[in-house]
Amino acid sequence: MDLFEYQARDLFESHGVPVLGGAVAFTPEEAEKAAESMGGRVVVKAQVKVGGRGKAGGVKLAESAADAKEKAAAILGMDIKGHIVHKVMIAQAAPIESEYYLAILLDRANRNFLVMASVAGGMEIEEVAHNSPEKLARVGIDPNVGITKEKALEIVKGGQFPADVQDQVVEVLLKLWAAFVAEDATLMEINPLVKTSDGKVVALDGKVTLDDSADFRQASHEALVDHAAANPLEAAAKEKNLNYVKLDGQVGIIGNGAGLVMSTLDVVAYAGEKYNVKPANFLDIGGGASAQVMADGLSIILGDKDVKSVFVNVFGGITACDAVANGIVQALQILGEKATKPIVVRLDGNNVIEGRRILNDAAHPLIQQLDTMDGAAARAAELAAK
Amino acid sequence: MAIFINENTKLIVQGMTGSEGTKHTGRMIKSGTNVVGGVTPGKGGQSVEIEGKSLPVFNTVAEAIAATGANASVVFVPPKFAKAAVIDAIDAAIPLVVVITEGIPVHDSAAFYAYSVSKGTTRIIGPNCPGLISPGKSNIGIIPSDITGPGRIGLVSKSGTLTYQMMYELRDFGFSTAVGIGGDPIIGTTHIDCLRAFQDDPDTDAIVMIGEIGGDAEERAAAFIGQYVTKPVVGYVAGFTAPEGKTMGHAGAIVSGSSGTAAAKQSALEAVGVKVGKTPSATAALMREILNKKG
Repeated sequence: MDLFEYQARDLFESHGVPVLGGAVAFTPEEAEKAAESMGGRVVVKAQVKVGGRGKAGGVKLAESAADAKEKAAAILGMDIKGHIVHKVMIAQAAPIESEYYLAILLDRANRNFLVMASVAGGMEIEEVAHNSPEKLARVGIDPNVGITKEKALEIVKGGQFPADVQDQVVEVLLKLWAAFVAEDATLMEINPLVKTSDGKVVALDGKVTLDDSADFRQASHEALVDHAAANPLEAAAKEKNLNYVKLDGQVGIIGNGAGLVMSTLDVVAYAGEKYNVKPANFLDIGGGASAQVMADGLSIILGDKDVKSVFVNVFGGITACDAVANGIVQALQILGEKATKPIVVRLDGNNVIEGRRILNDAAHPLIQQLDTMDGAAARAAELAAK
Repeated sequence: MAIFINENTKLIVQGMTGSEGTKHTGRMIKSGTNVVGGVTPGKGGQSVEIEGKSLPVFNTVAEAIAATGANASVVFVPPKFAKAAVIDAIDAAIPLVVVITEGIPVHDSAAFYAYSVSKGTTRIIGPNCPGLISPGKSNIGIIPSDITGPGRIGLVSKSGTLTYQMMYELRDFGFSTAVGIGGDPIIGTTHIDCLRAFQDDPDTDAIVMIGEIGGDAEERAAAFIGQYVTKPVVGYVAGFTAPEGKTMGHAGAIVSGSSGTAAAKQSALEAVGVKVGKTPSATAALMREILNKKG
């Protein structure tokens, strides 16, 4: 899960990473109030989970509380790269002397964690990485050792931080690492980390990604979920613990295992070229899915008004094909006359003979069974075009 | 021969007394795997009857090895306890531990992977993987054993169900070993590890490599193939038509250094002579062509 900037700020603050005052506002009035409490001069920042909001006009300096209200009114409701701004952060303004860059992240390639640090912070860190890599320190972190004081010093020197801020940046690094571990984060990025004119080092903007797999030991993370952003079908799927992503096509897809479902999207997209149809969604019912899970998934897909046909593609490993077949039959019983779209089913693997028999016996007019993935994809695409 | 496991593999099941563990222990035994016991902390000394076999339960992997001579372990314990289970296996210096468990926090996988590297005696496969099968010899994990039999193709894949699909597509040829390495951000055994092992395995003639969009594991595997692998390799990358996902801030883009798209992975693979199919069946057809030419 990616956090909003204000959530990242609050998380940093709770772990002792130095930040400036900040508050979230959902209305211009709330923005005015927050600005007032910070002394009037503030920065109004659109809260969207996408880069480039500054260039899009989503970040404005306000000279007074009244000005903050006006700026917030202008920013709220803006569309930034397809993300509607529902809230702004009111951030204390500070005179900035220097901008630095600091990040801790999961490094898939080296299978450990990585710290990146640079005195050349600000907007264009990718360019720094590309054009002057010597200005970007990249230091691998052993997960079982972490960032020690010595390691932090090595990073700060490698990032070419000036002597007068080294101690403070070391302190930030140690706090950030503690936060990274405590919160089960996979990314904590501070860009920019700034030196203010009074010589203090503070985190001005942050990006945080938390590991959803750690939710069982991170009870507080539930409160950070952005329920407003989800598409209604995605929200309904999440409610049922289904891994669903809405796409913009006409063929509903259900499969087991992320790889097979992605592959199914490909095969349907190719088969759909001549009919001008595309996959309508990604839905992975996972390993060992029960009839209930299958029924839940099918109900969600049949509830998508864009869907014209459905392709159920299952290769049973843990998942048993008879459970899948029972789920399809159950879902159609529950939906009754509301189910009107054809369902193409391809089953293979664990208990396939029983699964195919259940569907044959049900003899439901909407269900068609095909033997191969390619053949079933072609049929589902053809049916969606009708 | 085969890679990582063969007819001499003696397996213990960590989490055997749980419902998933019991179910899959039964399936592994039925498919010919030599399961010699299980490990559940606190339940040592008991024994469990599975598929007509009486299997002893131990408190630790070290005890299990001492009593049974086990040389491989498979982990079916829930995410919460998975790290402790894998650390226990590494402490016992078991040569192979296959972690099936899905949903392990990445900080835990990072910790046990780093620990295994520092000890240098245990290969980890997974987590969040279907395991591996050398048909007719041994089957560790959840891959159905009845898809196909022994043969001379090696297969490595991030995805479980795509592994099954590809084994099914090429069922008339059979496989030396098929390895599902798992799709988690941190995994113990990579495409590259498997490619190296297949290249070195005299009983593997050709290799199928299956990847997915995201990250740059396939690009790195391609570079390795260019340097090391002389056997024919065919590739498949799932997600050609997937819409662009969310970007995770600046840091992620810098690290991967590649866009992670299927097209980028395809061109990296093709640049080193790997034929890449656009679908599983097209990929299987490429492999078929190679093997038929070989006669």
